[in-house]
Order: sequence, then C-alpha cells, then structure tokens
Amino acid sequence: MKFLQNAFDSVKPNFEKGGKWEKYYTLYEGHRTIFFRPDLVTNKTGVQIRDAGDLKRMMMTVIIAMIPCLIFGMWNTGHQHYLATGVADATLLDKFLIGAWKVIPIVIVSYAVGLSVEFTFCVIRNHPIEEGYLVTGMLIPLVMPATIPLWQVALATVFAVIIGKEVFGGTGMNILNVALTARAFLYFAYPSQISGDVWTYLGSADAVDGFSGATVLAYGAQAAANGTEMMQLTAGHWAAGMFDFGNMFLGAIPGSIGETSTLLCLLGAAILVGTGVGSWKIIVSTFAGAYAMGLLFNAVAVNSFMAMPAHYHLVIGGLAFGAVFMATDPVSASQTEKGKWIYGFLIGVITVLIRVVNPAYPEGIMLAILFMNVFAPLIDYFVVEGNKKRRLQRAAV
Amino acid sequence: MSQTIKLKKGFDIKIAGAAGKRMLDFDQPETFAIKPTDFHGLARAKVIPKVGDNVKAGTPVAYDKALESVMLCAPVSGEIVDIVRGEKRKVLEVRILADKEIEYESFPSYSVSDLSGISSEDIVGQMCKSGVWASIIQRPYGVMADPATQPKAIFISAFDSNPLAPDYDFMLDGDQSYFQAGIQILKKLTSGVVHLNIDMDAEVSKLFTSVEGVQINKFKGPHPAGNVGVQIHHLDPINKGEVAWTISPYGVIQVGKLFLEGKYDASKTIAVTGSSMEETGYVKTYVGAQVGKFIEGRTNEEHVRVISGNVLTGESVGKEGYLGFFDSQLTIIPEGDEEEFLGWILPTTSKLSFHRSFGLLSFLNGSKEFKVDTNTHGEQRGFVMSGAFEQVMPMDVLPTYLFKAILANDYDEIEALGIYELIEEDVALCEFIDVSKNDLQAILREGIELIRNS
Repeated sequence: MKFLQNAFDSVKPNFEKGGKWEKYYTLYEGHRTIFFRPDLVTNKTGVQIRDAGDLKRMMMTVIIAMIPCLIFGMWNTGHQHYLATGVADATLLDKFLIGAWKVIPIVIVSYAVGLSVEFTFCVIRNHPIEEGYLVTGMLIPLVMPATIPLWQVALATVFAVIIGKEVFGGTGMNILNVALTARAFLYFAYPSQISGDVWTYLGSADAVDGFSGATVLAYGAQAAANGTEMMQLTAGHWAAGMFDFGNMFLGAIPGSIGETSTLLCLLGAAILVGTGVGSWKIIVSTFAGAYAMGLLFNAVAVNSFMAMPAHYHLVIGGLAFGAVFMATDPVSASQTEKGKWIYGFLIGVITVLIRVVNPAYPEGIMLAILFMNVFAPLIDYFVVEGNKKRRLQRAAV
Repeated sequence: MSQTIKLKKGFDIKIAGAAGKRMLDFDQPETFAIKPTDFHGLARAKVIPKVGDNVKAGTPVAYDKALESVMLCAPVSGEIVDIVRGEKRKVLEVRILADKEIEYESFPSYSVSDLSGISSEDIVGQMCKSGVWASIIQRPYGVMADPATQPKAIFISAFDSNPLAPDYDFMLDGDQSYFQAGIQILKKLTSGVVHLNIDMDAEVSKLFTSVEGVQINKFKGPHPAGNVGVQIHHLDPINKGEVAWTISPYGVIQVGKLFLEGKYDASKTIAVTGSSMEETGYVKTYVGAQVGKFIEGRTNEEHVRVISGNVLTGESVGKEGYLGFFDSQLTIIPEGDEEEFLGWILPTTSKLSFHRSFGLLSFLNGSKEFKVDTNTHGEQRGFVMSGAFEQVMPMDVLPTYLFKAILANDYDEIEALGIYELIEEDVALCEFIDVSKNDLQAILREGIELIRNS
C-alpha cells in the first residue's frame, strides 16, 4: 500500500499551512484516514497505550447491523410492487432488482448531500471530519418510503444535518436524533409524500383489483375513528395473510424501506448488543414499554384498535426499527444507566399512546423518540442529582 | 474492623513483558535526578544547592515555596552537575553525579522499643527534613501532604494491579521489620486508622499479613482494584473538607529505615518490564535513576518508548531520562508511529481492546498477552459513547458528567460530582478505553486544580 501512501504524501504539501488548499486540510486528512489508521501516538504523560477501538469502528458496527434491514428492504420494495400489480411469477431477483432501483438512489442522495454539508462545515470550522454521518446517512433512507421523491430526501438531509446537528456543534453535540429530524421535517413539510398511500411502489403499472396500500396502523386509525372491527378487516385484506402476526414479524408488509422486518431488526439488535455498541437496556425497555401500554389499552378497550393484542404493537409500524437503531443513538439518548431504562420504557409507552389515541398520527415511534430525546437530559438530570445526593448524605452521616 | 471488598467493574490489561522474578545484573547509573514535576500541585520549586556543590543522601535539594517545611532530598551522595529548567525558569530536574560509595546524612535513630516514645512533632520534623515526607500523598487532589494537617486515616495499597505491575513481595523482600516500624511511626500521625489493603487472590504475603497496628482489608477484582483511590472509596470515602493520606509500601519502609537506622535510604528495587526488553526482571538502584543503563543494548528493537511507571499512568522519559520519584517500574514498548492500511476496520484478534465493536476480537483470546505499541488507534473526537466508562469504574461516580463539568469550568458541579475522590490514576482506565481518544487524566487534573485554587 506504499503507492497510496506516496500518492497522499505527494499532495500533502498543498494542504498544509501555506499550501494552496490549506483551508481544505481536514478533507485531505479525512480521506487519508479512510485508507490508513493514522500514525498518531500517545502523549508524553497520560496513558501510553490506547484501546484498539475508535469511533470509526463503532459507527461501522452500526452500519453493518443495518445492512440486513437494507437488503431486506430492497427485496420487500420489489415484493410489494409485484404483489400490488398482480405479477405472481416475479423471481427473487426481479423483486430485488426493482427494489434496488428505487432504494439505492435514495441511499446515494442521502450520503452525497449529507457528506457535502458535513464537509462544508468541517472546512468552515476547521475541525476534523467526524464519523457520525456514516450512520445517519444510512438511517435516513431506511425510514423513508421507497416512493419518496429524491429532492425531498436531499432537502430533508440538508435540514437535518444543519439544524439537527451542526448548529449544536457537530457530532456528539446534537439534542435530537439526526435521521429522525430528517423524517420529521418531511412529515410536517410534505405530509402527502410520507403518509397515507405511499408505502407501495406501483410505478406505471396498474394495481390489482381491491388493492389498498393501507398498513395495519391505517386500519387501526380507521377503527379508532369509525368504530370498525380492525382484526376482521386486516384478516380480509386484499392480499391474504399479509397481516398475520408471523408475516408481520418477518416483514413482508408495506412500510418504510428498512423498518418492516422485526426479525431483521432483532438481528441488528443482536449485533449492536453483542458488540456493546447499542444499549440493550434501551432496546428491551422500549419493547417492554410498548407491550405494557398495549396491555393497558386491552384492559380498557372501547374500540377494536385498543383491543388489538398487545404483542401486535411490537411487530407493526417502525417500533422495532426505532427501538434498535434510533432510540439507542448514544448522543441523543439518555446517558446514565438508570436513565436508559426510563427513557426506553417511555418511548414504548408514548409510541403506543400516539398510535392508539391520536387520530392525526398513525405511527408514533418517530415522535416518541424525538420527544424523549428532548426529555433525556431531564431524566439524566435526576439520575445525576441522585448520585450527588448520595455523596452529600454520606458526608452528613 | 477488617473488610473484604469484591469489585466487579474494571479491566485487566494483559500485555506482554511482565517482569520475571529474577534480579538482573546492571551497572549502576552514573547520574540521578530529583524532578519537582513528579509532585502534583507543587507551586514553585526552589533549589537549595548550586551546581558543583556536594550533597549526601538525605541532603535537602529543593522545596516547594508553598510548603517550605517539606524537603526533597538527594537520593544519593555526589555532586550537583546540572539544574535543568524549562519555561519561565521552572525547575525540571536537579541532576546529581553519584559517588561510588554512598554517604548518608545522619538523623536520630531509635531502637524498636523506643519508637512508641517519639513525639509526633519529632516524627514530623525528622520526616520533613530527611526527604521521606514527600512519599505521603494527600487526598483530595493527590498532592504532597501538608504536615500541619491531620488526616482522618492513612491508606496503603499493598498491591499494584496496573499492567505489568511489579510484585511487591518480591520487590520488598527482607524489609518486613522496616515496614512494621514505618507503620508504628505513621500511626502516630493520624487519630484514625491505618488501612493496609491486600490482594485477596494473591498468595499469603510474608510482608503484609503479619503486620500489626493496621486494619487489613482484602480486595478482589480486576484493575483498578489495587488503586488506593478505589479502596478509599469503598472503605471510608473522602467527603468535602476531609483529608486522608496515602503512601506506598516502599514509602513506609523508607520511614521505618529513617527511624531505625537514622538515614534516608533511597535504594529501591524496580521492575524492568515491557515487550521491547530482551529480558525482564528486577534491578536494585536508587530513586531518580537515569534509565539508560537499564536499556542500552538490551532491547529487541530500536524504535521504543521508555516509560517511567506503567502504561496507564507513566511518563515517557526517553532513553536518557530519569525514573520518576514514585515509580517502581520501567516499561519499554515499541512506538506506534506508523500508518496501517485499513487498520481502523480490518478484523483482528491481535489488537487489545476492551470493546467488541466489529472486528475487535481480542476477547476471543482469553488469557493471551498482547503486544501493544503507543499508537492511539484513532483520532480525538467529541464524547459520543455512553455507559463504557462506568464499566471500568468501580466507584459511584459518573465520569462523563464530571469531565463535561470540568470542560465547562462548572465549579459546583465538579465538586458535587466527586472530584475529591479522584486523581489521575483513577480515571486512567477510562482514558485507555475511550473510543473518542480524549486526554481524560489531563482533564481531571485541570478540574482538580480549578477546585484547589478556588
């Protein structure tokens, strides 16, 4: 790899102090460190050796954990397409290719636009390129419908990176989850492209007779509003068996690109928890909170959505994806260990609360996480106060 | 009342190059140095002799202008050959060219039975004048103890759990009587207890288990179980306004020798460790020895870092540098100033890590000893990860919040979050495992000085 080192060395003088691209040193350094672990050594005092783990590796771990969801999402986009257009003999490859054709441009736009904003800020502020966007750039496509216009992806990304992160000082300083900020922006700015009948990509083909792009949550909202029997309606869905519990767990249902498969979200959770990168406390407590709230609604049910079995809440909508990949974002989540339990549990509770009783928003996980992002510092405040109090009490005894 | 404390949190850094239990044969170094920078919080060092003056072992060489009664004394007899100064004429090193035969300043000596009769004023006076007082470290702040205060207790950690740590029983073999005498003396300086904290997992220690006049506590668990700060936290934590002292077993032995033999004996057995050494082991020398003699021609590679102390809290002193006052160990490891192609992501079982992020598979290598270098394995970043520091911190403190409070200069928070209980070594493991590569020990010291000077 000497030739790569030489290539970098040969352009280096241009980026150093006095060089013609001095301002862009951070870009030079950022790219070199993609190829090479830097040659930095520890200081004269302080630790003389450092752990082999760094932020780059940690972020890559999260991306790797999301890849099953991404690949499945491509397949599912195609699967839903052929199902809705009545093509019964589409092969696995057909489905995957048409899905990839819709999904990959979204991923490319997300990374290209997000990294451009990031690089611009790094150059202006003269700080190193940080790895945070690698994860955000993958999360944004996964929480979008496959039919989203690319310009909206770009706009949302710009908004999220600037307003969600850079104005607070960059990676590690943001208050809200950046990817969810992007989604929330679209949700309120362009609601017609991200809610309602947007989940199935039809293209130029005609849908089969009786097709409806409704999700389980849409049936639920209908039930809450009109008193319909949702379990009967979902059972009689035009595509038979689509809303069986097992099928929803596997994820062959309409929804955002990456969120539909609870199974693969759990696989991602296993990677995050096994590597210690994601907090199992947050994941477990989010599921627990949603389940507990579901049970509570069952007990006081006045419509068929409230009576829906509580475990259905865990496999529909974006709960699993949110719990595993969004709620665990270490920067915007609660940072104390006790706080993580409370934070996750309340995300689960609020998600189901919004789903079941708020007619304006069929899905609650996005708002629940953003809401708890805002409250995380408050939860931590009380945990930290508890720590201080123990210290004071000890002194008083 | 003796206590047994089991700690779960922490991390044993298993690296190659532990000292074999053998004495190595070396020529004594020619020069020795007193380094005022070894003492935290030392305001302004004043050097007493001039270049060319002759000193004996135990002759005062320097003192802190803010604590004039405590002397830093020459470890060996000889001629002052150099006074090295840094910025603003700050004294860095006072170098002494050693005599072949060491001569000692003489101080009053006592028989074992007379030790209990010495008044505490006489004890303090003799300790301060002779150089042994400097071994006592005060908590909070980790600074030189003020002879005018009385600590609520004295804590001695009888084992070192740091990477490649020397074995105290081997290192201090034969000094039992001095250790006992030192304890008898120190007991007179506190109205409280003298705690002697031993390693529950170690073999029964000849040196420590039969000591009288102390409370023997047992600690079990991974590093930092041997850190005296962690031990204090579990035995009798330091609250605002309280003062405790700590001293190493070697320091206790020096105190014992001072009163039994009437001399400041700075001879010291140190461990020479690290994967870059052809042969590791122990060597007998004096406090402040120049390290060159121990290394020259004995390393198995050229590009090495010479560390006085261990890899977590030590200082890189260079091949011609001097052993730190408090250090009983040299660690020599390779420098890591090379790029590595895709080194940040390729899976590996040979890189030591506390974490298990993608490709970090060192945990599969259970008991293997890793060869490590000084590379940082990544660049400095903002605080991102949460919950990791807590796993290596067996104390009821919240490290991230404390560091952030220090960076924000928030005095009330720094105090409330427990700065009085910590010194650098207590957060060294956090600094080691930090994926954001921040200099946490330096940040903590900044916080300590903020509070100390407020």
